[in-house]
Amino acid sequence: MNTPTDTRSDSLLWQAQAFIWAEADMLDHRDYEAWLALWSDDGFYTLPIGDTQDFDDALNLCHDDAHMRRERITRFQQGFSISSAPPARTVRTLSRFVIESVDGDDVRVRCAEHLIEDKFGRQRIWAADLTYTLIVTPGGFKIRHKVARLLNSDGMLNSFSYLF
Amino acid sequence: MTIDNRIDLVPEPDELVFKDHIRTPMYDDSALFDAEMERIFKKTWVWVAHESEIPDKGSFKLSQVGRDPVIVVRDRKGKIHVMINRCRHRAATVCEVKQGKTASFQCPYHGWGYALDGSLRALPYPEQYGDDFDKAQHGLLKLRTEAYAGMIFATFDEQAEPLLDFLGPVTHWIDLFMKQGAGYPVKVLGEHQFSVPMNWKIQLENTTDAYHFPVVHKSFLQSLDDETEAVFSFLEQGKGYVEDLGNGHSVMVMIPELVDLEENLDAPIPERFQTLAQELRDEGHDEAQVRRIVRAVGGAGFNLNLFPNVSFSLAFFRVLTPVSVDHTDIRHIAIGMDGGPDAANRARLRLHEHFQGPMGFGSPDDAEVWERIQRGIQGGAELPILINRGLEDEQPGEAGPRGHISAETGMRAAYDMWKRMMQA
Repeated sequence: MNTPTDTRSDSLLWQAQAFIWAEADMLDHRDYEAWLALWSDDGFYTLPIGDTQDFDDALNLCHDDAHMRRERITRFQQGFSISSAPPARTVRTLSRFVIESVDGDDVRVRCAEHLIEDKFGRQRIWAADLTYTLIVTPGGFKIRHKVARLLNSDGMLNSFSYLF
Repeated sequence: MTIDNRIDLVPEPDELVFKDHIRTPMYDDSALFDAEMERIFKKTWVWVAHESEIPDKGSFKLSQVGRDPVIVVRDRKGKIHVMINRCRHRAATVCEVKQGKTASFQCPYHGWGYALDGSLRALPYPEQYGDDFDKAQHGLLKLRTEAYAGMIFATFDEQAEPLLDFLGPVTHWIDLFMKQGAGYPVKVLGEHQFSVPMNWKIQLENTTDAYHFPVVHKSFLQSLDDETEAVFSFLEQGKGYVEDLGNGHSVMVMIPELVDLEENLDAPIPERFQTLAQELRDEGHDEAQVRRIVRAVGGAGFNLNLFPNVSFSLAFFRVLTPVSVDHTDIRHIAIGMDGGPDAANRARLRLHEHFQGPMGFGSPDDAEVWERIQRGIQGGAELPILINRGLEDEQPGEAGPRGHISAETGMRAAYDMWKRMMQA
């Protein structure tokens, strides 16, 4: 856990925040090619349901490896998916960053996400806990795992034409 | 406004539903919606749960029958009960846990306690009710409950025909559908839930609508390998059909080769399942079992659409809950093999996530067009909504009229039943 007096981890916290904010900015602006490049090849992007930790053996909202991330982005971009052509527009805010652990080159960071979407003249609001496993590489952070756990993930949702 | 006044405002069913079209109030008349809740959802068999969701004595799950919240529970003797989630004293809900296990239900307000079968077991300080207070008259309100092949249905109507009669030829198709357990019992693995600003009948129609598939789901088809895309191009191949099964039910056969999952086991294993097949072989399953499991993992080749709220769709259960005239909750329930190989169930989970739910490659596009219908009917209220597709070459089938794979035969079946129930 991060403490205010630990200057080294403060620097890490700042770097992780900057990275995750940059990712959020890409998602709000649908700069998906740049987003795909943030990932480690073995990475998973997961929106779980409820409090499960065993994502492989549970039903998730999505549990994307590199192939499925690419397919998902292609679907968003090609214009054949009526829900994403055009998609809802989004504005998100990320805050309450915490470094959970540092283990070699693996950094676990969590934060809160608030997102508002707009489509058809109506707005919807979502909240999620985000947990990242980032790996430190010579070229900066890569995402090994991102878990976006919606506050009401096991409740009645709406369909999403964007990423959390 | 009294209930009687409201009923007076309900349009006549035979002015709304015709052989080849329906009228706009079907989707946006709130008095009609209230009448539907009374005349359909309070009268017919409504699906509430699958038995695997309440596996043990004391297991329960919250569900809905129309707008009425219910508890589905298995009692100490294993008997299943469906009862209204409302204390008989001052009406508070007695359970707010979605699913779990308990020994009893206790109202949080004054502590009235109910047994798993809904009977009132105890209440604090009973003296003030006098000697003529009859606990037997104050159990939770129970619905008639019957099940077929693990599918639990409930009805408010004591006079309703037995479930088996209501289902009729549907049971044959349910038996075929359940073969995707590959010899293991079918088990619920989880569910996707999303609400859509649309009338419930728009969803009811959709599960029997193959016509939309290549249009709405083009982006899903493009995410498949060529072999799988060919399997899902059922409209182009035109080998399937839609058949009216009576009582508003219908079946839409999309992939005839996959109607009976225990046939054609010698067919080559599709490329997309080769890795799974090898994983199963490595776990020690013999080749016959590997083929049976792999074939089951992909799901059945048809949608079985039941009136009014559940469908068996390829590899999952689709459940609708009407909330208001323009608001419907949808559940896509993932199923798998109870006690089956983990690798097979994992494959099923990933297939479900690929198409279904709020983040699927299919459902969000469905939800979008359904909402577009609800938005579209704001204009041109005098225009008909067509359900005449395929009337032209409809033939008698085994149970009822049978039409082209893209025919609106299933919608006509559902609206026949709708009219019958609304006029009763």
